[in-house]
Amino acid sequence: MPWDRNQMAERAALELEDGFYVNLGIGIPTLVSNYVPEDYDITLQSENGMLGMGAFPTEEEIDPDLINAGKQTVTELERTSYFSSSQSFAMIRGGHINLSILGAMEVSETGDLANWMIPGRLVKGMGGAMDLVAGVQRIVVIMDHANKAGESKLLKKCSLPLTGQGVVDRVITNLGVFDIVEGGLRLVELAPEVTMDEVHEKTEAAIVI
Amino acid sequence: MKKVYSAAKSALDGLLFDGMTIAAGGFGLCGIPENLIQSIKESGVKNLTIASNNAGVDGFGLGLLLQDMQVKKMISSYVGENDLFMQQYLAGDLEIEFNPQGTLAERLRAGGAGIPGFYTATGVGTKIAEGKELKEFDGKTYVLERGLKADLAIVKAWKGDEQGNLTYRKTAMNFNPECATAGTVTVAEVEELVPVGALDKMSIHTPGVYVQRIFEGKHEKRIEQRTTRAA
Repeated sequence: MPWDRNQMAERAALELEDGFYVNLGIGIPTLVSNYVPEDYDITLQSENGMLGMGAFPTEEEIDPDLINAGKQTVTELERTSYFSSSQSFAMIRGGHINLSILGAMEVSETGDLANWMIPGRLVKGMGGAMDLVAGVQRIVVIMDHANKAGESKLLKKCSLPLTGQGVVDRVITNLGVFDIVEGGLRLVELAPEVTMDEVHEKTEAAIVI
Repeated sequence: MKKVYSAAKSALDGLLFDGMTIAAGGFGLCGIPENLIQSIKESGVKNLTIASNNAGVDGFGLGLLLQDMQVKKMISSYVGENDLFMQQYLAGDLEIEFNPQGTLAERLRAGGAGIPGFYTATGVGTKIAEGKELKEFDGKTYVLERGLKADLAIVKAWKGDEQGNLTYRKTAMNFNPECATAGTVTVAEVEELVPVGALDKMSIHTPGVYVQRIFEGKHEKRIEQRTTRAA
């Protein structure tokens, strides 16, 4: 069985290391916070200006001055610090954040990432994604292996406008885990009952052993 | 020189002109200068270029300035959640220059700090870097981005004093400190205007030198995505 959204997030949580400062993208990446090992000391960064992001608030705790990068209300922790946008991106661009886990529309075999615009459709903007992929130490993508039409999202070359060039380190799909290495994708792990034949069939990008 | 004004309208007196560039603080609807935006709407000033991370929502925040077509161009990183924006954009009435969020923040910071340009790896190899100078440092490629200044900066703080010293609250800080430095003139609206000396001097985020005019206003603080957990 390929992994579902929650299982992909659970697998992605294995990318965390004790003491990491982490930025999670919107969507499935947000679910990763549900699977942080209890004995790990992980600090979540929110690029609108917060280090040490807590859970969603209770109705009584809601504070309009306290939101995350997805504009959702959140809470603070004992460790929390607040700062301005240029400070927030200084820690991102300056390589001080250990890991970012984010979603994607396409990833190429050379680690190019496309996740911000589809030509001909309404473009909403890239937000902080381009800064994150350019600056964070390690970039892990979580996405479905194929799109709704069944076409591979792991490509030789991205067809959509790029968010970053050669920036992705690892991709976690519903079929397995892949590293971007010299020459293409290297399989790290298969989801339960998924075969290598199925992966080959559903992957356009080169797979190296 | 007296910096304190009674309200947004008087604080903006003599500052607005057609075709001007305005830097506006806020992230989504959090920490936006609500009163100043409303007053700019009422002034009828047109052909504005606005540097702001977002463009508000329909009927609130910077979305108000779209209702009478006052905005010519937005410099933003994300403009979703705004139908009127999309209508005007698709009709060709509104121009958008997308900047990566960190690049926009650094452009404003640099502009306010007297730095005309800076190199960043953000956007290299993407549409954002097209037509811009690229330069290699230590084997890695960077793109030249320009500092950004504005004729007017409008910011919102939690507390401010009569000298224009500002303190922001939680994530309502966001782009406000950068915008405050980037304005030729900066007008700040605060939830609470306090006498000089009442703010903790070690907790001032924006020193008063950056702020020319200040007033106290009421804030709705509308929430864009109200998300909760069970108590």
